[in-house]
Amino acid sequence: MERSYEKYFRQNRLPHLWCPGCGNGIAMKAIVEAIEKKGLSQDNTVIVSGIGCSSRASGYMDFDTLHTAHGRAIPFATGIKLANPDLNVVVITGDGDCTAIGGNHFIHGCRRNIDLTVVLFNNNIYGMTGGQASPMTPLGKKATTAPYGSVDRPFDACHLAEAAGATYVARSTAFHEKHLVDMIAGGFENKGFSFIEALVQCPTAYGRKNKLGSPANMMMWMRDNAVMKAAWDKLPEDKKIGDKFPIGCFYKAEALDYDTAYDQVIERAGGVAK
Amino acid sequence: MSKARLMQGNEACAEGAIAAGVRFFAGYPITPSTEVAETMAKLLPKVGGKFVQMEDEIASMGAILGASLAGQKAMDATSGPGFSLKQELIGYAACAEIPCVLVNVQRVGPSTGQPTAPSQGDVMQTRWGTHGDHPVIALSPWSVRETYDATVMAVNYAERFRTPVVLLMDEVVGHLREKVELPEAGELELYPRRTPKKTRAEGYQPFEPDEDLVPNVADFGTGYRIHVTGLIHDNTGFPVGSPEVTENSIQRLHEKIARVGEEIIHTEEYFMEDAEYAVVSFGGTARTAYEAVQNARKKGHKVGLLRLMTIWPFADKAIERLAAKVRGIMVAELNYGQIVHEVRRAVNGQCKVELCGKYNMKAFEPAEIEAGIDALCGEA
Repeated sequence: MERSYEKYFRQNRLPHLWCPGCGNGIAMKAIVEAIEKKGLSQDNTVIVSGIGCSSRASGYMDFDTLHTAHGRAIPFATGIKLANPDLNVVVITGDGDCTAIGGNHFIHGCRRNIDLTVVLFNNNIYGMTGGQASPMTPLGKKATTAPYGSVDRPFDACHLAEAAGATYVARSTAFHEKHLVDMIAGGFENKGFSFIEALVQCPTAYGRKNKLGSPANMMMWMRDNAVMKAAWDKLPEDKKIGDKFPIGCFYKAEALDYDTAYDQVIERAGGVAK
Repeated sequence: MSKARLMQGNEACAEGAIAAGVRFFAGYPITPSTEVAETMAKLLPKVGGKFVQMEDEIASMGAILGASLAGQKAMDATSGPGFSLKQELIGYAACAEIPCVLVNVQRVGPSTGQPTAPSQGDVMQTRWGTHGDHPVIALSPWSVRETYDATVMAVNYAERFRTPVVLLMDEVVGHLREKVELPEAGELELYPRRTPKKTRAEGYQPFEPDEDLVPNVADFGTGYRIHVTGLIHDNTGFPVGSPEVTENSIQRLHEKIARVGEEIIHTEEYFMEDAEYAVVSFGGTARTAYEAVQNARKKGHKVGLLRLMTIWPFADKAIERLAAKVRGIMVAELNYGQIVHEVRRAVNGQCKVELCGKYNMKAFEPAEIEAGIDALCGEA
């Protein structure tokens, strides 16, 4: 079996710290597969992450990598991209990191259409701190800080990204690994803010609290409930019930990315872009 | 034609930053620092640099750290409330050793306080605002021209020591307009971005300290594939849960600045030759203190002025020398008493130390500091 993706990992930093059965490793591998698929240069690609389980990924990946502060990956990434537009900048974040403490940065990154590819590992919970509710914990699901079930209405991060101005929005799951690779690769193709939500299983915190069974059971739940966008669009509203959710590329738009737009500012000011 | 220009401190700060090689600025509007951002927005694209107005104070600090890691000299400007918000990433910059300059044009606090009356109330926040043990360099200019020079110096120190440097201004100097002649480009000595001295094959480690204890961290995109984190890390840049590494790392962060000692501690003395008493002051307040000392001399008081331009690291030696020479010191500062505690610590009981503080939205009048000098000298 070909293991061409191994060169994208820092072998001396492995094994990773994620729990057995965690979906983060699948999502991390999907990113490097997409990088390989699109032929992005290892020396010219920067991986930026926030804080939390998802964000530990940056340390394992053999690129220039930046493990920032909680919620702040997108501002750091914005500075990197503007300072050196030749770099491919990939952000790895989690549901708490991106939509709670980093929520403001997330929507403004989308609004600016800065050329980043943001992959959100959504495990529906704060895993690193032991299983507290996040803004993407589904209604009624349990967490250590929602012992009677969450009453906080969750974000649909894809809707949020689209409404805020992202020019590429997609979702996939750890079960649909090949599809996830395609969704991330689509993000690399887009010159602008690309957002990919990767649903990943957290058997230790979210799964255990909510009696969702083994990691395999959690992935089978993804298989049974994810509906490809084309099929989802044909589905009558009364069938979009229970745990069913759509996956695929939900939105694509042509719009000037921030860095190209700023080059026009430099031109108008009479300067010479570097 | 005269090269003299009329400009305010905030504009001189922006001009100094560009002259020092800053090519990236991220900011968020806040009075009384906004003119720094406005001037950068206008001037940066002319030199091929970039200005971005971020969504909040934290984001603008994050953006300059990202830009700095990608190889650009970077700056951000704010005032008290924004300074509070930036503390998180000031600590990040100290731990991950990312060069950056943060301008704080102080106003009255706490909280929203009195926008945007002058104050020097952020002295201690500059030192201890972010959590954990960390070093900081802070410079406080007293004129428009010195704001320009101090900004250049701040950028140079940030690059040399790979540490955040705070340009601690106050509203008095930020909004003061003076005639200045700025140096020609090329007259300035600029500290270049540090670069690796080894290749990957030669066993390069991004956080291995050089002889001056500062690491030569590779810029992103130069092929070194480094890892940067706010976790305590060893020379490889990767986190380690080791007591020894933690202790060495925190020690080195402090020592890389402490070891240069007096070299970065800038002070000025006025009328000190025969002085029996001294006023210690800084920033905009030092301008008023200068006039008050002159007036007091006319009344026969043998008083001088020590002006601190470097606020942090604190000028312990200059204060010790002063304490050995004079019978009493008065600290004039536009707050409830902050630098005075440092002065008392350095004086260590060698002479009396009084505070002349003010915190009512108004800058000092010379007469107020004179009255303090009268009391200081009269009681002797």
